[in-house]
Amino acid sequence: MRKSKGWRITLYAILITYGLITLFPFAWAVSASFKTYAEIVGGGLNLIPQNPTLDNFRHILFGHNMFPRWIMNSFIIAGIGTIVNILLNSMAGYSLARLRFPGRGIIFYAILAAITIPGQILLIPNFLIMRSLGMLDTFGALIIPTAVNFTYIFMMRQFFVNFPREVEEAAKVDGLSSTMTFFRIVFPMARASIATQGIFVFMSFWNEFLRPLLYLASPQNFPITLGLRSFQDQNVSWWNYIMAGSLLSILPIIGLYIVLNKYFMTGFRIGGDK
Amino acid sequence: MTSRRLEAFQGFGFIVPVILVLFVFTVLPLGYAFVLSLMRVNQLAGTYEFVGLANYQLALNDPRVHTALMNTLRYVIIVVPTQTAIALIMAVALNSGIKFQKTFRTVYFLPTLTSSSALTMIFMFLFAVNGPANDLLVGLGFIETPINFVQDVRFALNSIMIMNIWATVPFYMTIYLAALQDVPDTLYEAASLDGANSWQKLTKITIPNVVPVTNFVLLMGIIGCFQVFDQAFIVSAGSGGPANATLTFSLVIYQYAFMVIGTMGYAATLAIILAAIIFVVSIVARKLNREETLY
Repeated sequence: MRKSKGWRITLYAILITYGLITLFPFAWAVSASFKTYAEIVGGGLNLIPQNPTLDNFRHILFGHNMFPRWIMNSFIIAGIGTIVNILLNSMAGYSLARLRFPGRGIIFYAILAAITIPGQILLIPNFLIMRSLGMLDTFGALIIPTAVNFTYIFMMRQFFVNFPREVEEAAKVDGLSSTMTFFRIVFPMARASIATQGIFVFMSFWNEFLRPLLYLASPQNFPITLGLRSFQDQNVSWWNYIMAGSLLSILPIIGLYIVLNKYFMTGFRIGGDK
Repeated sequence: MTSRRLEAFQGFGFIVPVILVLFVFTVLPLGYAFVLSLMRVNQLAGTYEFVGLANYQLALNDPRVHTALMNTLRYVIIVVPTQTAIALIMAVALNSGIKFQKTFRTVYFLPTLTSSSALTMIFMFLFAVNGPANDLLVGLGFIETPINFVQDVRFALNSIMIMNIWATVPFYMTIYLAALQDVPDTLYEAASLDGANSWQKLTKITIPNVVPVTNFVLLMGIIGCFQVFDQAFIVSAGSGGPANATLTFSLVIYQYAFMVIGTMGYAATLAIILAAIIFVVSIVARKLNREETLY
């Protein structure tokens, strides 16, 4: 497409302005995390701190009795949740795509229907179910109900439907049982789909707020999303610690984004295909 | 025959965990929700009393529910079209053969990676009484005294809306971008030969070609906005204040279920009503979008 010079300039102006709008809040958060509390509340529009300090990070990482634990909890919940999801979603997707068993059709339609149910409706009953299972205030309450994800089961099924049958037949000729064929041959070849669902599952566990709020009572079990609120009480908001903590809580996801960037994009193609 | 049976055994074995979760945490609670909605639940005494449709009747006359519904509708009506339009515009801008596309895309994507909890904290800091936004507005002489945005009835919900739009645009923009790359170039080339300008290409080619994606984005946006909770809860510390300005439908459900004693059944009723509203609005939105783009 050929465009005039004026049009080009407008285009870049829009793109850069939007970029600045995106970065503006983060820039201030970064700035505040290196400032002292006094400098933050003292006002002044200097993005560069007068006396840059690492004290805020030092305090929450080493001087705070809970912060490191919250980060660790988030890693445990999101880590276990993601591994279990990848395994169970892939197995279910493979089963729906390739293996014949009675009731397969019904299960497939039930999964499709489940995708469309708004989460709010299940919240209260699930809380009561958790309570009667004695799982309140445990990580299990967060991991088990979301140990599978219906959307990604569907995605894995679509992947395996298009998977070349010859590969599996060759493995069978070599004497592998079909269970072994799945784990040794098929599963590793689904790397891209697995990475895509892994990223998004990890991110949704890591960023979750409502269910932890509902299920977890003891501060030592909190993930970081809940913990961040505790730097704020009725009277004072310790913006220096809150900003340092917020930024640290984003880092793992940003790391994931940088390392596995191409799989993020695959995820969106799938989203857009609907 | 044995291999057939083995396959059925394996197929079933591979999906058993899903069936369990599906049953225990989706099918069962779905039925449970409807049962609860017909009950008056006293959590402390552990009693369940059948009250028929009384909870539904109660919802019709509950001023807090009305406020929450109005707040949420306003939220949906403003946020969904705005974020969809900005997402489409930014995706078109990114897709028009510019340099540094990947850099822009990477920067834009940051808010999507960030948890609602961290984002809300950052925005609360930005809009705090002694925060940068106020410093800037006072410094430039737009206002004389700082505004406590999140505690002010006029600004509290609007602040959350701005934050939400800012935070979700990149997600939908990326979905649009993937879709735009699938629109055949030949369409644009043909339009150029016919002398179409950029605006005509946008309205006559781009938008009609991404209707399915727009439907998806609207649907996701509607579902997400109707269920907005995290931001409203964090900003108001669960109260929905100031003066119910940030009381969203999900927040009122949460309050009746977990902060007020004895109204859990009622809260389940409200959750069902919310699901019904989402369902109806989604269908209407899809219809409207399809009709508009027919011409």
